[in-house]
Amino acid sequence: MTDLAERVPTSTEPGSEDLLRVDNLKTYFFSEGSTVRAVDGISYSVKRGEVLGVVGESGSGKSVSGLSLMKLIDSPPGKIVDGSIEFDGQDILRMSESEMRSIRGNQISMIFQEPLTSLNPVYTIGNQMIEPLRLHQGMSSAQSWERAEEMLRLVGVPSPGERLKAYPHQMSGGMRQRVMIAMALSCNPKLLIADEPTTALDVSIQAQILELMRELQNELGTSMIFITHDLGVVSEMCDRVNVMYAGRIVEQADVKRLFDHPTHPYTWGLLDCLPRFEDALGSRLTPIVGSPPNLANLPQGCKFATRCPYAWEKCHQEEPPLFEIGHGQVSRCWLHEPDNKGVDARVILEREIQTTVEKDKGPLVEVRDLRTYFPIKRGLLQRKVGDVQAVDGIDLDILRGETVGLVGESGCGKSTAGRTMIRLIDPTSGTISYDGQDITTLPEKQLRPFRRRMQIVFQDPFSSLNPRRTVGAIIGQPLLIHGLATRSNVGEKVNVILERVGLNQHHANRYPHEFSGGQRQRIGIARAIAAEPDFIVADEPVSALDVSIQAQIINLMQDLQEELGLSYIFIAHDLSVVRAVSDRIAVMYLGKIVELAENLEFYENPLHPYTQSLISAVPVIDPSKRKERIVLQGDVPSPINPPPGCRFHTRCPFRFEPCDKVEPRMLQTDNGHRVACHLYDPEYSEGAPGRVMAQPVNLVAKTE
Amino acid sequence: MSAGTGLAEQADVSQAAAEAPRSPAAVTWRRFRRHRLAVVSATFLCTLFVIAIFAPWIAPHDPNQQDLQLAQFGQPANPQAGHWLGSDQLGRDTLSRLIHGSRISLLVGFVATGVAIVIGTCLGAVAGYTGRWVDMLIMRLADMMLAFPPLLFLMAMLVVIPRSAINIAIVIGIIGWMNVARLVRAEFLTLRTREYAEAARAIGVSPTSIMFRELLPNAMGPVIVAATLGIPTAILAESTLSFLGFGIQPPLASWGNMLEPAWSQMRDHNAWWMGLFPGLAIALTVLAFNFVGDGIRDALDPRSRLD
Repeated sequence: MTDLAERVPTSTEPGSEDLLRVDNLKTYFFSEGSTVRAVDGISYSVKRGEVLGVVGESGSGKSVSGLSLMKLIDSPPGKIVDGSIEFDGQDILRMSESEMRSIRGNQISMIFQEPLTSLNPVYTIGNQMIEPLRLHQGMSSAQSWERAEEMLRLVGVPSPGERLKAYPHQMSGGMRQRVMIAMALSCNPKLLIADEPTTALDVSIQAQILELMRELQNELGTSMIFITHDLGVVSEMCDRVNVMYAGRIVEQADVKRLFDHPTHPYTWGLLDCLPRFEDALGSRLTPIVGSPPNLANLPQGCKFATRCPYAWEKCHQEEPPLFEIGHGQVSRCWLHEPDNKGVDARVILEREIQTTVEKDKGPLVEVRDLRTYFPIKRGLLQRKVGDVQAVDGIDLDILRGETVGLVGESGCGKSTAGRTMIRLIDPTSGTISYDGQDITTLPEKQLRPFRRRMQIVFQDPFSSLNPRRTVGAIIGQPLLIHGLATRSNVGEKVNVILERVGLNQHHANRYPHEFSGGQRQRIGIARAIAAEPDFIVADEPVSALDVSIQAQIINLMQDLQEELGLSYIFIAHDLSVVRAVSDRIAVMYLGKIVELAENLEFYENPLHPYTQSLISAVPVIDPSKRKERIVLQGDVPSPINPPPGCRFHTRCPFRFEPCDKVEPRMLQTDNGHRVACHLYDPEYSEGAPGRVMAQPVNLVAKTE
Repeated sequence: MSAGTGLAEQADVSQAAAEAPRSPAAVTWRRFRRHRLAVVSATFLCTLFVIAIFAPWIAPHDPNQQDLQLAQFGQPANPQAGHWLGSDQLGRDTLSRLIHGSRISLLVGFVATGVAIVIGTCLGAVAGYTGRWVDMLIMRLADMMLAFPPLLFLMAMLVVIPRSAINIAIVIGIIGWMNVARLVRAEFLTLRTREYAEAARAIGVSPTSIMFRELLPNAMGPVIVAATLGIPTAILAESTLSFLGFGIQPPLASWGNMLEPAWSQMRDHNAWWMGLFPGLAIALTVLAFNFVGDGIRDALDPRSRLD
């Protein structure tokens, strides 16, 4: 092993197959009195035709490193202060702004996370697509339209000729991302930078887009830099990976090597904190402690040392260089200094199995045939012209002390269902009973004692806390409202609650903006548990958080459940997170529950084709654990005018005669597994395609 | 609490505890201070407040004391020692009248804006939060008021009620609430969908409380800007009214009614000082309020170039 300091990755001889070589790149942001070192000396190269993954948590500098390659850093406050970028023999940092314009969108192009905001809403897709073609390729109008249509066809947009005349808002998120990809590839760029291209999309759409990008990459041989926080996506898409932390590359390796033989404690932590399908039920996640350092005030020594379980004095004093491990792998950790322990130091903690407390199986919340419609009004007189059928007849019981996972893609009504259950939205019909009492139509005054007992935790830790109130006031509010504390002792009680969620009393007189995302989510949870409720609707509580923080919050929620005997509805779109927390799982599609089963049964024996495709669409790190992917076609139909019969029939790979005519009834197996699908209904199953019936289930029609 | 989550926060806690708590207001103040023109203007306005408050002690002469020796044959006196800004046609000291007039201008500016803010905020908040027909009703009322020529409305009102400074201020306030209401309504339309509003409902907070205690503080930014920019408008409105003879009645001095005789005196006696100084006072004050308003807006807007 040799210490090659910062120069390791660019050691290939000149004239090699490297398309891009970045050496010691530093991009800083200067704001009053402080310097944020977003990218602080990174070096790497991308070969022709290679897909380089860049992973890291938010604030690790992965996006800034991508933008720096295009010189798209806003200046001021940002500035590339040092380093070199050599792209295809040209020195990017020496280029003038006008030379850069001929590179951007032409030789290097970029796809962003949010397909809605990256397209201009006032121009048609076609107008936006021909612009780079005419600008960079000097095509005539007719040629460029032809090329645009060809590109749309290539990315799988149906009837591309017509789509060129459409405006961005007329297309779904998945379609818009396809258009972005088509635009990015239309000038045959040598390098494509994709910055979290699938993060804003649903899993089934993500699967479509990833498949498309993989195919296109194989076909066109474009080099790609794929920036993401999702290790599963990296494993499926990339050839080589940079793991970034605090503006540095901490580990670099071939993708297979990285996952088989990770060498940096941060990489170990990232791999260990992920919930996985193969974990035993009730396994406790192993989070990375703490949160990422402040980039304006970095600690001395190794930037990961404060969170690293392996750190010793040297780590806190001296920053490690990149040590070469062999096989093209480098790692920025003192463990790999010659004479040190290297990877042997790694301790993989056995995941602790949470002792499931004896659950009092009585139902706490009973929901019967619940419907929530939002009227659509049009015209001068605001006449009702239809309904958004957000929740359309769901039955669900939540037992005391249990967690019911509620999953589905965006727009399926899962959040509305959760909010309706605690009467934040008024139901259109059906009943909600809480602890045996019907609360469906209770007026707000009589609802108040129930408000204390049912609470909600939100997805977005930024908009869920009032920025003008101190944390103490936010947490104290429910106590004061429900008379659980007086003005004189509310402070003490708030301190107890803060400790309980892993914060301390010094935090009480601070404002929300002073906290990190994970800490804010703790504050949100503190507010929810303050009045000692027994039921909490957790609406995507971890999906806005980084993976390492996600594990902390999940563990916290599970601890609280155990201590306080809480029941949760855990709404999520991430099936592996739901796997880690739920006792039972319900799948919603277009306002209806299509499947409901115990955790283990749900993942081992999913019955509904929709569930099967959702489970198969989750990107998996370990290639040997990958299942055959069922990629759903198209998008979720509109809940204003849902398809007749089975709502899923428009996308279902197994549909047969009754599916578009008869609405499937809810069936139940003898072990309590419920599914609403004709494939399993004895009445229709004779004509059913045989494939899914491989494991026959003993079905009993659910008794009404 | 398990060992895992306890440990998890140690690093966080020490990091957050290192800095002093900074409230949103403190952050705004720090940003405001970097806007130089606004700071200069604010200093100017503070001086003006002091002058207005202590006017009787500061003014060299009684503002209503006529001195016919000084203004012989109705000829306004030139600026001279003892009367640094000259006098009017009745021999009243311009500087003293300006100093006393500042009380009227500032009083009208603040009271009128205060009235406009209170009415506008309440109606805007209710309209934005409640929505439906309440919103429709309030906003159509605002549209109707906006469609009415303001000067005509003011003059009509002031024919009926006594023209004291406070009445004039209130009347100006009554016709100035619509813009505030629109601003507040627009803020509330987005604020009511914020999750912390929903969280408050989930806790059992009453709608009035949510409106005025949870959401209103978050809508105050644009309101404060509107207020600072509303003050000069009110000052101008008072000046216009007084100039036209519908405002503050002589002998009480206001910057507006000082301008009224200035017009003919400037024509007949070349008494430029009678027009210049009150005009300058109005212009500088209005400008200063506008700069301060801009400064506050930039300080409150996280997207402004300052940060």
